[in-house]
Amino acid sequence: MNDLPADTVVQIQNMSVVYGTEPALHDVSAAFPRGAVGLLGPNGAGKSTLLKALLGFVKPTTGTMSVLGLDVATASFEIRSRLGYMPEIDAHIPGMNAVSFVAYCGQLAGLPPVDAMQRAHEVLYYVGLGEARYRNLETYSAGMKQRIKLAQALVHDPDLLFLDEPTNGMDPKGREEMLDLIRDLAHNKGMNLILSSHLLPDVEYTCDYVVVLNQARVATVGPIQELKGTSGSVYELRVKGDRIAFAETLRAAGLTCKAWEEDIMRVFVPEDQGAQPILNLAARDGVQVRHLRPSVPTLEDVFAQAVGEE
Amino acid sequence: MPIHDQSYRRYGGNRAPQGRAWTVIATAGVKHMLRKRMFLGLLVFAWLPFVVRAVQMYLAANIPQMSILAPTAQTFREFLEQQGLFAFFITIFTGAGLIANDMRANALQIYLSKPLGRMEYIAGKFAVLAFFLLLVTWLPATVLLFVQVVFAGSLEFVKTNVFLLPAIMLDTGIETIVLGMVMLALSSLSKSARFVGIMYAGFVLFTQALYGVVFVVTRNSTFSWMAPQSSLQQIGDLIFRVPARYDTPGWATVLSLSVVVGAAAFLLERRVRGVEVVT
Repeated sequence: MNDLPADTVVQIQNMSVVYGTEPALHDVSAAFPRGAVGLLGPNGAGKSTLLKALLGFVKPTTGTMSVLGLDVATASFEIRSRLGYMPEIDAHIPGMNAVSFVAYCGQLAGLPPVDAMQRAHEVLYYVGLGEARYRNLETYSAGMKQRIKLAQALVHDPDLLFLDEPTNGMDPKGREEMLDLIRDLAHNKGMNLILSSHLLPDVEYTCDYVVVLNQARVATVGPIQELKGTSGSVYELRVKGDRIAFAETLRAAGLTCKAWEEDIMRVFVPEDQGAQPILNLAARDGVQVRHLRPSVPTLEDVFAQAVGEE
Repeated sequence: MPIHDQSYRRYGGNRAPQGRAWTVIATAGVKHMLRKRMFLGLLVFAWLPFVVRAVQMYLAANIPQMSILAPTAQTFREFLEQQGLFAFFITIFTGAGLIANDMRANALQIYLSKPLGRMEYIAGKFAVLAFFLLLVTWLPATVLLFVQVVFAGSLEFVKTNVFLLPAIMLDTGIETIVLGMVMLALSSLSKSARFVGIMYAGFVLFTQALYGVVFVVTRNSTFSWMAPQSSLQQIGDLIFRVPARYDTPGWATVLSLSVVVGAAAFLLERRVRGVEVVT
């Protein structure tokens, strides 16, 4: 794991969470710096559990957590008054229209009724629901429900936002708008946020820093640019013949290799070695290289390397 | 260029201290119920016995031939017992959806991500139910006492029955706590308010029937503690100093109601959580 940054909003040390006998998180240590941090991992990696533990919904069996410099175990209420949470699942308060719901959430967070109502109107406009703010929530589409969840998380002006899969169920246009909103909050409004997602492009577009979880553990942590830059070179490779056997050869030689498109592989070569190791192995095995092109490392490459995806 | 910035702005206003969110929940819940016409009708209907009793007191105070209708402590006991029927329907109408609807809409995650604890959430929901239960029990009984003083033109009845005011408070308070806690616990068990209503009615009727069967077999009314409704009647009799209708000792009645409330609190503690863990 990288060195922990000094200016952090969330700090977790040796935290484990167990559901029944199943470990949901195992000995997790991570620091989330200010700004936009992506919490990345495949489904079931423990991302939502981590957020719920930070909110105090789930009690860890071991370890310590602090949010905004406050201990989660002892200052849960104070943390939640400075926190906005957008849950993964559809969640609303039944029988309300959007503006009543958001104002109600503002009041629950301690805002006076008049201020809460004013803020509700403002954040509903901000998330793009200004025209639909008097509609009953039960008539909202999936995309609108995502936006309303963001609005209720923002209404009390939190210092830190937890966004759990914020683009779930959204159409491409809505997804793009949601990501723009999140990016705007993080980069123009100075909001600290943790974006939990299994969608790499979402995290790559909105976040500067990433914590990758895999199988209940932290797989990698660091600034996205740094992680992409230090992973060596990446090559797109297409060969004629037994592609799977050659992939095994590459792996046996210590190179990371993963399937990309139908017949193209992405091969990760350690720094300063260039494509020569690939060509040498191809020549040794008599494999014909049809396509070999340097590529730009993506977050997906970082993720694949971190979780050991093949 | 927009004349008003509709972008996100920071908030620099005041914030209420922690511990007051339950009042927000309670106020919203009460307003929500008062928007339902059918419920308003039920509330109005629940006050009709009050009108009848008030007329009775007027006649007893002003027409000598009607002095037979003069109120006693028993009158107030009977009045509250009549109101029990309305309390039953109010409990179902108001309470069934209090937590069940939140469960259906996954609202608990929203609530508990705000600076309020589970106790505060439950207190807010309980306050909604308590408000309406007291509105049809404690309030009319207390006003009735006041009406009696006004019609009689003296405080003599109150002086003679000085225990009445605290008795009304205690009896309706116990009833509210028991009914409220049982209903909230049941409401936390399902996502369907309708099902919760049926469960509650089933619970009341089943425990009553169970006691009825035991009574028929044993001819012993000490088993009234088996039915919370009977226990409430028994404790009401004791509070109002009228002859108790069951042989159950007071401590057993109190104990049985305490167990019911304790079990309801335990259920609520287990069910009202920000995350549902299925293992």
